[in-house]
Amino acid sequence: MKLKLISAAAFAALALAGTAHAHKAWLQPSQTVFSEKGSWMTVDAAVSNDLFYFNHVPLPLERLQVTAPDGSSVAAQNGSTGKLRSVFDLQLQQEGTYKIAMNNEGMFASYKLGGEAKRWRGKASEFKAAIPAGASEVNASESLGRVETFATVGKPSTGVFKTTGKGIELVPVTHPNDLFAGEAATFQLLVDGKPASGLKIEIVPGATRYRNEQAEIHATTGADGKFEVKWPSAGMYWLETASEDNKTTLPDAKQRRLSYVAVFEVLPQ
Amino acid sequence: MKPSMFKILIPALTLPLPAFAADLELNIEVPRINAAEYHRPYVAAWIEKADNTVASNLLVWYDVDMKNGEGTKWLKDMRQWWRRSGRTLSMPVDGVSGATRPVGQHAVNFKGGSKQLADLAPGSYTLVVEAAREVGGRETLTIPFEWPAKAQKLSAQGKTELGKVGLVVKP
Repeated sequence: MKLKLISAAAFAALALAGTAHAHKAWLQPSQTVFSEKGSWMTVDAAVSNDLFYFNHVPLPLERLQVTAPDGSSVAAQNGSTGKLRSVFDLQLQQEGTYKIAMNNEGMFASYKLGGEAKRWRGKASEFKAAIPAGASEVNASESLGRVETFATVGKPSTGVFKTTGKGIELVPVTHPNDLFAGEAATFQLLVDGKPASGLKIEIVPGATRYRNEQAEIHATTGADGKFEVKWPSAGMYWLETASEDNKTTLPDAKQRRLSYVAVFEVLPQ
Repeated sequence: MKPSMFKILIPALTLPLPAFAADLELNIEVPRINAAEYHRPYVAAWIEKADNTVASNLLVWYDVDMKNGEGTKWLKDMRQWWRRSGRTLSMPVDGVSGATRPVGQHAVNFKGGSKQLADLAPGSYTLVVEAAREVGGRETLTIPFEWPAKAQKLSAQGKTELGKVGLVVKP
């Protein structure tokens, strides 16, 4: 029962990552730049109010997808889910860039039953059975969210950035494992494989606990889907964007909510 | 990396000379550091063009003799070197890689015809020396110089992980 509650909360955060008041979902790597094949890294996966502190719920490891530079899947090792975070290890056997991702594809719905407002979240396939007969004012949405981070052994590669054409995806102009304080980086955001203009991006540096302001950096994608960010200092950064549209492919959903989160490591000069 | 962090000595003498290949003398001081756990620093020295691309790798001192090449694990800690060229190299590199050095002054000479200098076109360059120490810090020094137009005796003073770094260009 408890596990179910945790999953539901994490699911909610994944689905809603993007609305201003939502909790923040993230995958935080121990480091992102490696010089030795076979190196180990460890990753924390959680949803929290603050970056990068474990103070809300873990992200469920079932959704983890790790892609090696050659496109193959890598199994996480020593995975464990606690009260406040999940953690897992990865051994990086290949040269190039790895993608570590948690994807959420699901539905959420609100409805009224006997005058009472109810909410439901789950897989699209469970929707029909989950909404009780007699429910009224059923409003269902499709949710499609990605939480990602990247790590590189040796020379950065771009194979893992091959897009699927579904939802929000990030394409590097500047490689996300080649970020340095004081320099500007450019990325492109796609929605359904096409450059997405007008997406609002929020970037928050980590260690929020030790300062009094969020210190967000705001950016908006241009007509080509690109945006630029100049990193003020070294550290881990959390980036998110979200959008809504009605291009849902689920017959029961009226709209679609898309979100994208990434964690980047910026190194000192 | 900020120029203001270092004292750069003005070229001592200027001689009219043809643009033939010159020799280069590098003097790197590994400073004495009082640390409970001291490891010899990893040190890289290279020559950059104005656009920060690497014109030549001069030296990389690391744990070159560790079993199974485990010394490569910390090469990334020389962050700028790693970014500029290290990550595209296959270590060890003949004539460039060497073992870590103890505390003291280390003079390294490069002949004009050496692998490191033979392909260096005349122009303005920057010598970059980067040191990173396990359980310690990291420091980068830069010395701009002209190649090979004139004799130059330049230096920069490190504050933490590097002592005095000297560069002599001998046309």
